[in-house]
Amino acid sequence: MIVGVVAESSEQESRVAATPASVSRLRKLGYEVQIQSGCGLRSHFSDGAYQASGARIVDTAQAVWATSDIIFKVNAPSTFEINQLKTGATLICLLWPARNGDLLDALKSRGASAIAMDSIPRISRAQKMDVLSSMANIAGYRAILEAANNFGGFFTGQITAAGKVPPAKVLVIGAGVAGLAAVGAARALGAIVRAFDTRPAVKEQIKSMGAEFLELDFHEDGEGAGGYGKEMTKAFIDAEMALFAAQAREVDIIVTTALIPNKPAPKLITAEMVRAMKPGSVIVDMAAEQGGNCELTEPSKLVEKHGVKIIGYTDLPGRLPTQASTLYSNNLVNLLTDLTPKKDGEIQFNLQDDIVRGSLVAHQGEIFWPLPKIQPAVSAAPKSDDKIDFREARRPSVITRWLVGFVGLAAVMGIVVLFGLYAPPQLVSNLTVFVLACFVGWQVVWNVTPALHTPLMSVTNAISGIIVIGAMMQIREPWFGPATLLAFIAVLIATINVVGGFLVTQRMLSMFRKE
Amino acid sequence: MPELPNQLANQLPNIAFLIAAVCFVFSLGGLSRHETARRGNLLGMLGITIAIAATAFSGLITGSYVLMILALVIGAVIGTFLAMRVQMTAMPQLVAILHSFVGMAAVLVGICNYAADAGHLIQPLSTLDELTKGLGEGATTIVSAANSLDIVHKIEIFLGVFIGGVTFAGSIVAWGKLDGRFTSKPVLLKARHWINIAILLACGIFGFWFVSVSTVLIGMIPLVLMTLLSFALGIHLVVAIGGADMPVVVSMLNSYSGWAAAATGFLLDNHLLIVTGALVGSSGAILSYIMCSAMNRSFLSVILGGFGVESGSQVVTTGEPKTHTEIFADEVGQRLLDSQSVIIIPGYGMAVAQAQHPIREISDILRKRSIQTRFAIHPVAGRLPGHMNVLLAEANVPYDIVLELDEINEDFPHTDIVLVIGANDIVNPAALDDPSSPIYGMPVLECWKSGEVVVLKRSMATGYSGVDNPLFYKENTRMLFGDAKASVDGILSFLKQAAR
Repeated sequence: MIVGVVAESSEQESRVAATPASVSRLRKLGYEVQIQSGCGLRSHFSDGAYQASGARIVDTAQAVWATSDIIFKVNAPSTFEINQLKTGATLICLLWPARNGDLLDALKSRGASAIAMDSIPRISRAQKMDVLSSMANIAGYRAILEAANNFGGFFTGQITAAGKVPPAKVLVIGAGVAGLAAVGAARALGAIVRAFDTRPAVKEQIKSMGAEFLELDFHEDGEGAGGYGKEMTKAFIDAEMALFAAQAREVDIIVTTALIPNKPAPKLITAEMVRAMKPGSVIVDMAAEQGGNCELTEPSKLVEKHGVKIIGYTDLPGRLPTQASTLYSNNLVNLLTDLTPKKDGEIQFNLQDDIVRGSLVAHQGEIFWPLPKIQPAVSAAPKSDDKIDFREARRPSVITRWLVGFVGLAAVMGIVVLFGLYAPPQLVSNLTVFVLACFVGWQVVWNVTPALHTPLMSVTNAISGIIVIGAMMQIREPWFGPATLLAFIAVLIATINVVGGFLVTQRMLSMFRKE
Repeated sequence: MPELPNQLANQLPNIAFLIAAVCFVFSLGGLSRHETARRGNLLGMLGITIAIAATAFSGLITGSYVLMILALVIGAVIGTFLAMRVQMTAMPQLVAILHSFVGMAAVLVGICNYAADAGHLIQPLSTLDELTKGLGEGATTIVSAANSLDIVHKIEIFLGVFIGGVTFAGSIVAWGKLDGRFTSKPVLLKARHWINIAILLACGIFGFWFVSVSTVLIGMIPLVLMTLLSFALGIHLVVAIGGADMPVVVSMLNSYSGWAAAATGFLLDNHLLIVTGALVGSSGAILSYIMCSAMNRSFLSVILGGFGVESGSQVVTTGEPKTHTEIFADEVGQRLLDSQSVIIIPGYGMAVAQAQHPIREISDILRKRSIQTRFAIHPVAGRLPGHMNVLLAEANVPYDIVLELDEINEDFPHTDIVLVIGANDIVNPAALDDPSSPIYGMPVLECWKSGEVVVLKRSMATGYSGVDNPLFYKENTRMLFGDAKASVDGILSFLKQAAR
């Protein structure tokens, strides 16, 4: 089958749905790939690079649309574009089917199939194809860069000859993928970062990124379906707003990422709070496309209100085009890898598969919208508090241990004394030597470094060949008798042991070298 | 030999043996550090040379020097040949086969000693015995009292041969398993514990018989029968143990070979043999203990075998099916170049694929680019204690970047990328957080705490314990499938290209 990649029709879009690296992975899956000439230029991928990794360059978008079995794209196409689609072909892109009903009709009329990348279910198996996450990650990072770019000071604190520079304080609201990426980027620049989220579960993630987790004296879990937040109660929102108002007076940068599925973004930063912020502060409203978390946000624009810059860009991922294209194209190839189990260049839709069911909005002209809801399974991990340390529970008290130790010692001494009374003196003397040697060995060997355990084994192997002297004494006849033959063999194999053991140890030890 | 004052001539061997024993203690002591290890080995050689020379030239030898020297020379030639030829990956096999030699020698010395000593000791007594028969029942008690040393001696012979036999047969089986000649899977007979007990009981009965007979020819019967039984026991014990438990088995056999030598020392009343045997025996016991605690298992549960077969709780898969993320060699290479710190965890798979040399080249390239590159060794990685260290040393990896579990486990959170090469259970997070896992409680290398983990593996199959490894499904884990050597070579060729 042929995978076609077309340039994005929107002027604002700088991303592309395939990179030279993803093309070579598609080739490994058995697909032919054709690329519209120049489609990667804004992401800094030349036609030559695509060609080098095995793609065919096609001059016009029309030709790509008309001859490809699978179309890779970033944004939803226009109905005009869909009408050029080859009959029965498959379209894979961000389709936003809820707002693009007309596109579904067009797909139906072409008998086409379509996967909406925005609808990939958010189950862990599908993480590697989750474009919303990968793009949110980039957006979060870029949001901090935009903020830094518009902020008049350092992010990191410094003590210079000219005076002390305090670090910037950053508040991140909503610790989803984008929020955590923003936390990470801000931390990397040296800022003091605080983060807030209605879901207490993300507290640990925030802390692990080095940010402070802001808590309310109010308990309500905001965990909604699919890892998103849900709408909270009035009392909770009041407490939350009080917190933001207090923070707004203190921080230099606010990044908001709060979204609730299929609803306008919650208004969290009021005009009042903006007015309270220090002049020169920056707000990056990542929810601008859904109406914004700040009352004063204007989507796709940077505005200055009350001395505060409010950034409402809706194309944050596209502002890092090379990175965004790379991750987006990886997501697509990961998806196609799952859909091409035989690696034979033939796409297969397994309608039993959660990922396919959750994202296939059209299949051979049949429309599956609205899609069935796929919920991530709740992991039944045991809580750490439930763990019981059995070793602790079973340990006897100090007195019993002393008692057992004492009785044991007495018993051993009794046996030794009894033994001494009846055993022949030679045996006792042998035993003395034996026991002392065991203790010496025990002490000495514990000091051996684990790295030398193999040489230790081969050395002990060699010296246990000392049995050779016992064997030598058993050769008692001038020539082979039955007993002497056995003794001869014993000397021989014990010598193998001695010589082989020492030499191989020497060989090994000479290999160990230091820098 | 030159004329010496009588006193000195009698004491010389004992003094020599004392010096040899001290040499051995220092020899083992030298192994505590890399710097002194070679000196330690040389001291060991010195000790054994002194011991052999003292034995040869001090009138302890009654038989033919020609035969003795012939045996020594042939043995030395074979030993040299083995030591020079062996591949470092085949060290476990060599160690195992050498153990079997000690075991066999102990068996032979015991039997010879019985046959020969009988000539001096038992036959006169047995004639005395016949004499006393005529004198009536009362006199026999006197004879048996005179026999008490003889009984002790016989018990020593019997024990020495028994331990030697178990060591010999067990080591042969271990060698076969390590060399891939026998299946490395545990072979479990149904009533295996009962079989072991039955063999032990039978040996006990033969022991009574052996001690109570006074003629050598008849005494040989229980001795030889018991020897065969001890072989059977050795085989049966080791056959039941799975391949990855081999570090414990080999150290256990190491210990047994020491006890066998010590038992021989008892029967010959030779203190040097006793000391050496005790040193070796306790060394092997310590190694077994270290290996067992590295697997969080009791020594008994290991040597009784059958691990992973009857593990009670199977992995309960909750929720959705888990997936892993694949990666290709080039991407791994790129990520290595982009990182600042790398830890490599080798396992038995590296030894099997002989991948240590390209791995060393990778570490060299990275280190040249001042990317911190270190190796993390789990105590039970490989088939022999310290196996990985030797392989890396063979490949010329400096030992100061090869670190033990305790030394490196805390560094994973500050590490960008971890390469896991042919290891599985030693990096299984379930050992820490899943109390239902059969390997729960085993200390593991916590590589998942690093930025990214790349696992080089043939397929998604489970490790020897049969336990699924949640590491493979972690978000920051990438799987690089294929033969370890091929994968490592792929990464290496990318790095070489990048260097150009």
